[in-house]
Amino acid sequence: MSALKFENATIRLGGRTILSAANFAVGDGEFIGMLGANGSGKTTLMRAALGLTPLASGSITVLGRPATAGNAAVGYMPQNRGAILGLRISGYDVVASAAVGARFGFSRLDSATRREIDWALDQVSARELARRSIGELSGGERQRLLLSQALLGRPKLLLLDEPLISLDPAHQTGVVEIARRLRDELKIAIVFSAHELNPLVNAIDRVLYLGGGAAVIGPVDEVVTGPVLSKLYGAEIDVVRIRDRYFVMAGGVDVEREAHLHEEGHSHSHAHGHDDGGAHV
Amino acid sequence: MRMATTTAARMFDYDFMRTAFAAAGIAAVLSGTVGYFLVLRGQTFAGHALSHVGFTGATGAALFGLPPLAGLVGFTLLAGIGMGLFGEKLSERDVAIGMMLSLALGLGLLFLHFYTSAATQAAALLFGNVLGVDDRALWTLLAMAVVSLAALGYIARPLIFASLQAELAEARGVPMRLVSVAFLAIVAIAVAECAQIVGVLLVFTLMVGPAAAAQNVSRRLGPGIVIAAALALAEAWGGLSLAYYTDWPVSFWITALSGAVYFASLAARRL
Repeated sequence: MSALKFENATIRLGGRTILSAANFAVGDGEFIGMLGANGSGKTTLMRAALGLTPLASGSITVLGRPATAGNAAVGYMPQNRGAILGLRISGYDVVASAAVGARFGFSRLDSATRREIDWALDQVSARELARRSIGELSGGERQRLLLSQALLGRPKLLLLDEPLISLDPAHQTGVVEIARRLRDELKIAIVFSAHELNPLVNAIDRVLYLGGGAAVIGPVDEVVTGPVLSKLYGAEIDVVRIRDRYFVMAGGVDVEREAHLHEEGHSHSHAHGHDDGGAHV
Repeated sequence: MRMATTTAARMFDYDFMRTAFAAAGIAAVLSGTVGYFLVLRGQTFAGHALSHVGFTGATGAALFGLPPLAGLVGFTLLAGIGMGLFGEKLSERDVAIGMMLSLALGLGLLFLHFYTSAATQAAALLFGNVLGVDDRALWTLLAMAVVSLAALGYIARPLIFASLQAELAEARGVPMRLVSVAFLAIVAIAVAECAQIVGVLLVFTLMVGPAAAAQNVSRRLGPGIVIAAALALAEAWGGLSLAYYTDWPVSFWITALSGAVYFASLAARRL
């Protein structure tokens, strides 16, 4: 059984094709780095896997079942925007609000739930952090806390949307290391989206690249190459590798640093299927 | 000391003062509690707009010979539910709410124009008239407050989750639209109650002031809600007492206390 499986999945939003007949599967306990330019559909893909964005056709299977909202076996960490960043509420209360937030009614926070919250905080050593308010935490600390919250309900699949955004390199490495440790210790499959491959490259098992409505999955060496990415983006792309660092260049511009380059993501057809294993385009 | 107790005792000799204390207490606890969530959600503007809609409802009801309180509650409730249905897009929502607000005040003005004998009633609506609350209105306030607080308690958890982390709450299956509409309906009731005490123009003072101060002094949710309700109650009762001794308007004293507490909490937060 795979943790996450897209079969001929097509997603259209506001007349734009975000994903066109995509096929790929994430294995149990596999750590996948998801890359692609802004607007290539990374967030949309996660929302579809959570059952929040409907498919135009095809299917998505999560841990052997069709994707639906409210599946406790899937942990999710949305991209942080605005409101939460300056919040003057303690980290513990924020995590607790997520732990009991799906329930209507008058019940108190019971001891089993408290233990579950403590367990989740301990997984990322965030018990001390949780005493402070979210607004008082540094970017890296905040990501750790929110990561612990995604562990509530002991999921078997974690969807992490851009956890590295606006972190400095040291904190980026810290967050990636925590994700890798969670994969190893808790045997959780992880889909980790990012703008840049390099912070992830030593931790991930495989890479999932999105572009032009297509999705390509495979080992970094096979996917992050000039020919594969050129076909995906529909433009001339060169990949330069210096030791374990990759630089994806289009016409002399570093694509991953200039992430807005492909904002509009052309919806040219990608009729070819991609199977689970290797990358072929 | 003996002096003070006698004057205080004398204050409660008056029937209307006892009723006013009860009415102000009920409305303040409800406003403070609901206001905490309003501030948490960043929807204070919606609360402000609802009170203006309430003005239209009350003047309209008076024009047609209906009880103003019924018009106030009915209109704010309808508007609250309407706002909830507008959805989540914040920028568009602000403009839409702003337009509703001016439209409502304009209509209220028109109703007043036709209902010519309403000058004093207009002042009571705009700036409150807690000393004019009768027994029947008191029981209505109490019943509405109990129902609203019970409903708020019932939806509190999904509401907090949806307020703090909307995207995650949605993924966990929280019915976002339902929670949002139910909450604004509760806000509408609280606004209508609050308007009875301090008037539609000053609803902010009991709904937003204590709640914002509570969030400045406590980073915990549970204690924060209790502090907000307690501050609102203290400000309402303090305002009534000061008005009794000075003969200045109650609403003035409540706004003064609310402002003092809020700015003190800002200063405490800086320290």
